[in-house]
Amino acid sequence: MIRVENVHKWYGGQKVLDGISFDITTGSVTTIIGGSGAGKSVLIRLMIGLEQPDRGAIVIDGENIVGMRHSKLNKIRRRFGVLFQDGALFDSLSVRENVAFPLREHLRLREKEIERIVQEKLAKVGMSGHEGKFPAELSGGMRKRVGLARALALEPDIVFFDEPTTGLDPIIQGVIFRLIVSTHLDRTSTYVLVSHDIQGVLKISNEIKLLFNGKIAAEGTPQEISGSADPLIQQFITGSPTGPIVVE
Amino acid sequence: MRFLALIGSPLVGLLDAIRLFLEEVGRILILLGRSLVWLLRPPFRFHEFVRQLDFVGTQSVFLIVLTGAFTGMVSALQGYNGMHRYGAEGMVGATVALALARELGPVISALMLVGRVGSAMTAELGSMRNTQQIDALSSMAVEPVQYLVAPRIFAATVSSPLLALIFSFAGMVGAYLLSTRYLGVDGGTFMSGVQYYLVTDDITEGLIKSVAFGLITSLVCCYKGFYATGGARGVGVATTTAVVVSSVLVLISDYFMTALMFRST
Repeated sequence: MIRVENVHKWYGGQKVLDGISFDITTGSVTTIIGGSGAGKSVLIRLMIGLEQPDRGAIVIDGENIVGMRHSKLNKIRRRFGVLFQDGALFDSLSVRENVAFPLREHLRLREKEIERIVQEKLAKVGMSGHEGKFPAELSGGMRKRVGLARALALEPDIVFFDEPTTGLDPIIQGVIFRLIVSTHLDRTSTYVLVSHDIQGVLKISNEIKLLFNGKIAAEGTPQEISGSADPLIQQFITGSPTGPIVVE
Repeated sequence: MRFLALIGSPLVGLLDAIRLFLEEVGRILILLGRSLVWLLRPPFRFHEFVRQLDFVGTQSVFLIVLTGAFTGMVSALQGYNGMHRYGAEGMVGATVALALARELGPVISALMLVGRVGSAMTAELGSMRNTQQIDALSSMAVEPVQYLVAPRIFAATVSSPLLALIFSFAGMVGAYLLSTRYLGVDGGTFMSGVQYYLVTDDITEGLIKSVAFGLITSLVCCYKGFYATGGARGVGVATTTAVVVSSVLVLISDYFMTALMFRST
């Protein structure tokens, strides 16, 4: 289980996260939604340990990763898979080498076995046949799919998705969401997404949390969220420019 | 009160600038410390080190030979031009050899490396930072300093003295050919001057400088790239700053090292 306890985060003079607390159940697909600049990506960076909160705790399976020694944090990170917003593929490595990278780093496998796993992961995301290409030769959607294959290479317990469909056309968005669902059904890992693609996440999530003004303003199942009369939630779902969320 | 306000504001600005400068120096030294620590801890990134050695060293040889040869030739021309006035043309070989070994070889090869290798290091690391590739490494429990920075710094520090030697050798060949074929200096006189006046210490001191230059330039360039922010523009600014700062530091450190070496001889 992942527990975020009373987390505060400042950037310069601006408070981005204001005493945020929530739990994420093991095995769930949990999405954190919110407007642009709400702090979603900051939150996921804190959960991965790429940054430290100014106050509070982030507990992963009983261990608080805030202020944790680097070597111990890295042991926990080996259980993570992360899909970054633009895929974050290594430019100098081919698709094959990108997906193989975590396998080479953390497992002592023969080349044949590494190749087998790479082929399996690429097939899962529909990227077979593109092994020899480099990231610069791929479209945005293809980069995200390869990024997902790399994130799943070590069969992680927790997979984080930072805006997995941002910048993609609606069809590719659907492909990515379908991949998230299909890869989750195969396994019992916990998926944590941040997104502002409300229609997509309503279809795939077990639990949704709305981040607003640095706090979790609402949380519930997709049915509870979409059926809520809360004007804040309704504004976000409908995309209305008028409501509690004021756009400057 | 007005007087205090008049001098206070620029004084605060100056103190702030000094503070920021010292903070940056501190961060650079911390990066150096982390690189040294991670260099000695497993997993040893031998493959990455060899790859960087190829990029920094092998792929720079042609540039170094070219610039070394022309530097040697122009040194011979200028040396001959000066010494001809005193009838000391025979000293061209020795003068060029000393200049190349002690100064021109280490400094100019370092400046060439800054332009070719240093800028590439900054741009590549800066681009990786801005596209979250460095974050991806961290999230995969791979230490970015160990994987990206340490091999680059180590490769540059090892390659610099070797490239300085190649530069000096190419320079001597260029100087010899120009002197004997065009300037009419006797080949035997040229070489005997070199053998008589160029001692091991001259070469050693030049190599020590090269090691320092390799370390300083790669450290500054890696630092600027590793912590670059602000998108494509930020990477561009970081690259320009890295090249300028590294080049200036080569010249400044060259003076202090030379002064120290003079004092000890």
